[in-house]
Amino acid sequence: MSSPNDTQLAATDTKTGLSAVLAQNAGSFVGLILPVAIILALTIWPTITGKDITRESIFTIMLSIALASSLNILLGYTGYVSFGHVVFFGLGGYVGFYLMAVQGWSLWLAMPMGGLAAGLLAFLLGKAILRLRGGYFALATIGVNEAMRAFINNFKPFGGPVGMTLNFQVYKDYGGAARALSLAFYILAALTLLIVIISYLVRTSKFGLGLLAIREDEDAAEVMGVVAPSAKTWAYVLSAILPGIIGVLFFFKNGSIEPVPAFRLNFSIEMIVMVMLGGQGTVLGPIIGGVGYQSLRGFLLTSPLFKNIQLAVAGALLLVIVLFVPAGLVGWLRNRFPALRRVLQ
Amino acid sequence: MILQLEGVSKNFGGLRALSDVTFDLPEGQILGLIGPNGAGKTTLFNSISGVYTPTEGRVIFRGQDVTRNKPYEMAKLGMARTHQIVRPLNELTVRENVIAGSCFGREGHGLKAAGKIADEVLEFVGLAPRSDQLAGSLNVGQKKRLEMARALAARPYLLLLDEVLAGLNPSEIGHMVDIVRSIRDQGVTIIMIEHVMKAVMSVSDRLLVLDYGSQIAEGTPHDVANDPKVIEAYLGDPDLALRLMRDETRA
Ligand SMILES: Nc1ncnc2c1ncn2[C@@H]1O[C@H](COP(=O)(O)OP(=O)(O)O)[C@@H](O)[C@H]1O
Ligand SMILES: [Mg+2]
Repeated sequence: MSSPNDTQLAATDTKTGLSAVLAQNAGSFVGLILPVAIILALTIWPTITGKDITRESIFTIMLSIALASSLNILLGYTGYVSFGHVVFFGLGGYVGFYLMAVQGWSLWLAMPMGGLAAGLLAFLLGKAILRLRGGYFALATIGVNEAMRAFINNFKPFGGPVGMTLNFQVYKDYGGAARALSLAFYILAALTLLIVIISYLVRTSKFGLGLLAIREDEDAAEVMGVVAPSAKTWAYVLSAILPGIIGVLFFFKNGSIEPVPAFRLNFSIEMIVMVMLGGQGTVLGPIIGGVGYQSLRGFLLTSPLFKNIQLAVAGALLLVIVLFVPAGLVGWLRNRFPALRRVLQ
Repeated sequence: MILQLEGVSKNFGGLRALSDVTFDLPEGQILGLIGPNGAGKTTLFNSISGVYTPTEGRVIFRGQDVTRNKPYEMAKLGMARTHQIVRPLNELTVRENVIAGSCFGREGHGLKAAGKIADEVLEFVGLAPRSDQLAGSLNVGQKKRLEMARALAARPYLLLLDEVLAGLNPSEIGHMVDIVRSIRDQGVTIIMIEHVMKAVMSVSDRLLVLDYGSQIAEGTPHDVANDPKVIEAYLGDPDLALRLMRDETRA
């Protein structure tokens, strides 16, 4: 064997040419094709079929994809299980709804404010509860969601337990109720595309590598120089902003907001199931998971036998995934067919 | 002096794992850290690298008091370490592991520059053919080399090696010792915890012996091997004491 010194010198000269670096990057962009194609296909599908009912069910699927992709930044990339992620959807929704219904703001301004409120909450929470590891963090996030619901329930400016309602006249500014519904769909499509691209950029960035290192072994990551407390906090903030914005959009379309639907814990659990089903830690996983889970749920809802136990089915599904396919569908495919790794990111 | 310890002690509840450890480490040397199991060697590494905060005493790294620093602060200042029980980032590839070492270490490179360094370092430790394999799929010897590569990619001033030879076969040991020597030749200061006496004797400029958390001897390999206190410390393990003597006289 040649001495280590020689090998190192040789390596500096030859092995790491520009072409190698370029090849690496070209390969990584391939990973964005499938996710973007799926979102675009879902977006134009209702126009092709021309049915409002299709648009409504695709709205639900897009909502799932966007929320699951957001959660994935924390759950999949960073390895922290947030059981109460719906708190960002609910709080953002409430803040935006209040601005629209009481202060007369437009949807366009209310949405960023909802995102800001959610991001701010995540930032403050990050400092407090991201120090907790594993199950303790998960428990704390449930506590936060329940506490927030109890608070809003008693908060008079937000209407307390009754919540708030949008005056029907508001939709006139958007060309009438029908146009507003259609507008909401396209805004959601754009936001979903945005989060998928953000998810991809995080996954392939230095910041993302730090998150993955934290997920794999937080202590080792810190020894390597990953500033875990701040990286985790930013991951949490990033995973909270979009749910906050989408909360505003969702309740705008809904026309009213109440504490119970805004902070429904079931919704949080469904998000986790979707991420796990598709494959945590991948860009494509939450998309596949969102489509898959909503299709399954649609089927269960039409079956009288399963109608009332859909959450139990979701729980059982989660159990099966965790026990038998912890990497989810995309992760399983990546492990099975390493050649596909560039496409399935 | 690259590193100075002044009366460093570490207690775990009632257990005094380190007691008043004091030494100066000049730049460019290899310091061998030896002592029976449970002597506090790994605890000393943890206390230097910010994983533990010493109960008493001060740690000074390149002239700066770092006693209360976090591990990631030590990494940025130019300290890197390997773990006795390997800690690969299992679901990342070998290359990604090493890129992370370079990205977040002293030089804080971006992904591209880090990729270049990673390829160099992987070639250097002989893991280049395994670059795209998941780190979790390596065998123990390869994982030890990965730990080493990850630490090296940070381009540290001081490298802490915790039993990198343990569990390796004789030819792997030879290769690893070569690697350690050439790292030192590139100007990196090294503290090396080791049980393979022959190797540590031959590679170290100085040795420091810990027993029950106290520093019982310090000096050249020759002086230390002939120090009655050291032989006594290993008497709990007469085999080891014998081996220590035999290996030293042969070296
Ligand atoms: N985190 C810890 N908590 C409690 N005791 C510890 C901890 N780490 C090490 N010890 C104890 O400190 C002593 C020294 O351990 P260690 O530094 O690992 O020894 P060595 O590396 O020399 O074999 C042992 O008695 C060990 O049990
Ligand atoms: Mg040890």
